[in-house]
Amino acid sequence: MTTTTTERAAAGAADYLDQRTGIGHAVKEFARKTFPDHWSFLLGEIALYSFVVLILSGFFLTMFFVPSMALVTHHGAPNTMDGVLMSEAFSSTLHTSFEVRGGLLMRQIHHWAALLFMAAIVTHMMRVFFTGAFRKPRELNWLVGTLLLILGLGAGFTGYSLPDDVLSGNGLRITDGVVKSIPIIGSYMSYFIFGGEFPGDDIIPRLFTLHILVVPGIILALVGVHLLMVVLHKHTQYPGGGRTDKNVVGFPLFPVYVAKAGGFFFVVFGVIALMGATMAINNVWNYGPFDPSPVSAGAQPDWYMLFLEGSLRLMPGQTEYVIGGFTLSLNILIPAVIIPGLLFTFLFVYPFIEAAVTKDKNEHHVLDRPRNVPVRTGLGVAFLTAFIILALAGSNDLIATHFSLSINSITWAFRILFFVGPWFAFWVTKRICLGLQRKDRELVLHGHETGRIVRFANGEYIEVHRPLDEQERWLRVNYTAHRPLEIEPATDSRGVRRKGYKNERRLARLSRFFYEDRVEPVTPAELAAAHAHGDHDELGSSESHGEITSGTQH
Amino acid sequence: MKALAARRHHRLAPVVLLLLALLATGGVYALLAPSPASADSANVQDIETGKKLFQANCATCHGINAEGSDGVPSLVGVGAAAVDFQVSTGRMPMQMNGPQAIEKPAQFDAEQTAQLAAYVASLGDGPAVPTADQVDPSQGDPASGAAIFRTNCAMCHNAVGAGGALSEGKFAPSLMHTSATNIYQAMLTGPQSMPVFNDANVTPEEKRDVIAYLMEQREGSAGGLTLGGLGPVSEGLWVWVVGLGLLVGAAVWIGAKSS
Repeated sequence: MTTTTTERAAAGAADYLDQRTGIGHAVKEFARKTFPDHWSFLLGEIALYSFVVLILSGFFLTMFFVPSMALVTHHGAPNTMDGVLMSEAFSSTLHTSFEVRGGLLMRQIHHWAALLFMAAIVTHMMRVFFTGAFRKPRELNWLVGTLLLILGLGAGFTGYSLPDDVLSGNGLRITDGVVKSIPIIGSYMSYFIFGGEFPGDDIIPRLFTLHILVVPGIILALVGVHLLMVVLHKHTQYPGGGRTDKNVVGFPLFPVYVAKAGGFFFVVFGVIALMGATMAINNVWNYGPFDPSPVSAGAQPDWYMLFLEGSLRLMPGQTEYVIGGFTLSLNILIPAVIIPGLLFTFLFVYPFIEAAVTKDKNEHHVLDRPRNVPVRTGLGVAFLTAFIILALAGSNDLIATHFSLSINSITWAFRILFFVGPWFAFWVTKRICLGLQRKDRELVLHGHETGRIVRFANGEYIEVHRPLDEQERWLRVNYTAHRPLEIEPATDSRGVRRKGYKNERRLARLSRFFYEDRVEPVTPAELAAAHAHGDHDELGSSESHGEITSGTQH
Repeated sequence: MKALAARRHHRLAPVVLLLLALLATGGVYALLAPSPASADSANVQDIETGKKLFQANCATCHGINAEGSDGVPSLVGVGAAAVDFQVSTGRMPMQMNGPQAIEKPAQFDAEQTAQLAAYVASLGDGPAVPTADQVDPSQGDPASGAAIFRTNCAMCHNAVGAGGALSEGKFAPSLMHTSATNIYQAMLTGPQSMPVFNDANVTPEEKRDVIAYLMEQREGSAGGLTLGGLGPVSEGLWVWVVGLGLLVGAAVWIGAKSS
């Protein structure tokens, strides 16, 4: 029979491989690996799969792209570019778009996949941040992830600049300005990067090597590390009945997740292909070949760089100083170097700050509900608010034309909002979190409102409350509300000043900021007490009402 | 000659010479300068009707003789092209004061507009309404038009003419629905914040090339939906809405089918 032949062949091949590579162990290990189930755990997969799509489509594009700034006269489609003098890079981009079969589709797939890659990374990072998945033992993986985010920005930036159109040249010119704004080494750095005065002849070939070899190579290696660490640490899981820091509740990798994740790859590829086929992106022939003079209205970078653009647009230009013949361009240095520096530093150090203010050395595999860590959630929302305000400020001209507003007022509004917005967002978020926690307490202690109003014989009305079931209760009480650090006094028992007291006091102050306002989870004792006095909720077993009812009954 | 020689040191001699030189320059200019085609076809009847229309609808701001006033431009010498542009796009008569006069449905029909234009043109020479030939996109070269548009227009109107913001609520409008004649007139007369691109600056042929390039944009993009032609911001918006929207939807669906 054919089946047995196939089976025998497959078994033979598997055995051959196993005897030579020992792959059987790995398969056994992986196939049984358990993964918890939640849709938000697929966000990272979107990023991974769009990266695969990027590599596939990028491979195709390198077959036709010529990374050269030599000037040629372009002949052929589109007719708006026929007979125009341009770089070979731009000409080959047009050639890929209009002459190569499927070339434009591949370009568009590549660009949409890049935008989606970054969007998925950011969303995945939001999930990890707000659920506290960066806590021990995953701090290092958070760092790898943040590095991946920055490398993603680098890959996007280098790729955006390759076609050598006006828009990408504008972006490079801004980069040049930013590099030059760095004190002392700025001009040397700029000459070093561009191989002389901007734009030079070297930048496109250099960016090409970075874009197709160095950056994706590092990304690929770090993705490997990132995934390896996921396997080593095991996946985190959302809180719920029976889930602890010592187990993983979910399904085995094989067959459930192989099917789900494998299928999801095709969904991601499909959505990107659909976008690439129907929605035009980066039509470089509209922008024309790069020339340092024109800058068109609506000249903006891709969305993940918009915050930098916005930061530059918001900064008042008067802050440029000439000191002893040297120019100090604070108008560029602050918005384009210092502000992004601060934002990324926050991302890098946050897990360590939280570890320090909690002094928590335990491993955590059960995720936090964002409401249960109000200050972290608030800080995350404040960070996003700053990021979004900057991105919106980078689109201020489009906001002006589309909402009939004055660009000057918008810019001023964003200047103020950049400082006020994050504080306000922090405060509101923290309040909402505390409110939700109080509601949880309330629910655990008193149960669900049922809407059933019961009237006692004495005329008293009560609403019947249904107690929470075990699963619901587990979710709401099973968390730690950290308390501010308590430090030992400034002097020891002999009245000698203690070393490191000042640092500890600083840490304690920070810890107070984090955990001063908190809502403690309901303890079993509190629950018991609530049930004792709340018996009236359950009709029939009521004692206190019993007396009154008997007294007033006719 | 002797009398002339005797008076050449007269203290008024420089003044007389200067006057003569000015006269000569002016005369030569009048002879050699490109004479803007004026509305020849406009007959006296049109001018008369136009004057009545003007006095009823425009004179409140522009003055009874179109001489203008504080903050309102004089219309003497603006030419028929300017009137046709402003009136046929509905910008004039102006609806209200604002950062700039905005487009609205035209308040006058083609005939009335022509009469108004004829009247204003009769007040002083100015650029005339372009002929159909001058604005015919099929005779233009879109590649040259793209180059001119990039260097002269795109910084306000965006790379494909989708429009852009100016200071204090002013804006460069989208050119996606502007008629070829209006585009030509705008370049010629420089309405509102727009600079004038006269025929020495951008030749009539080049203006036609620009129109050819802009008309090309209306055919859409080879890549699919243009998303407004606004560039990376709208692309970013769409990747979040469509791309991530669909995929998060799919993730929720996959996550929900847990067993």
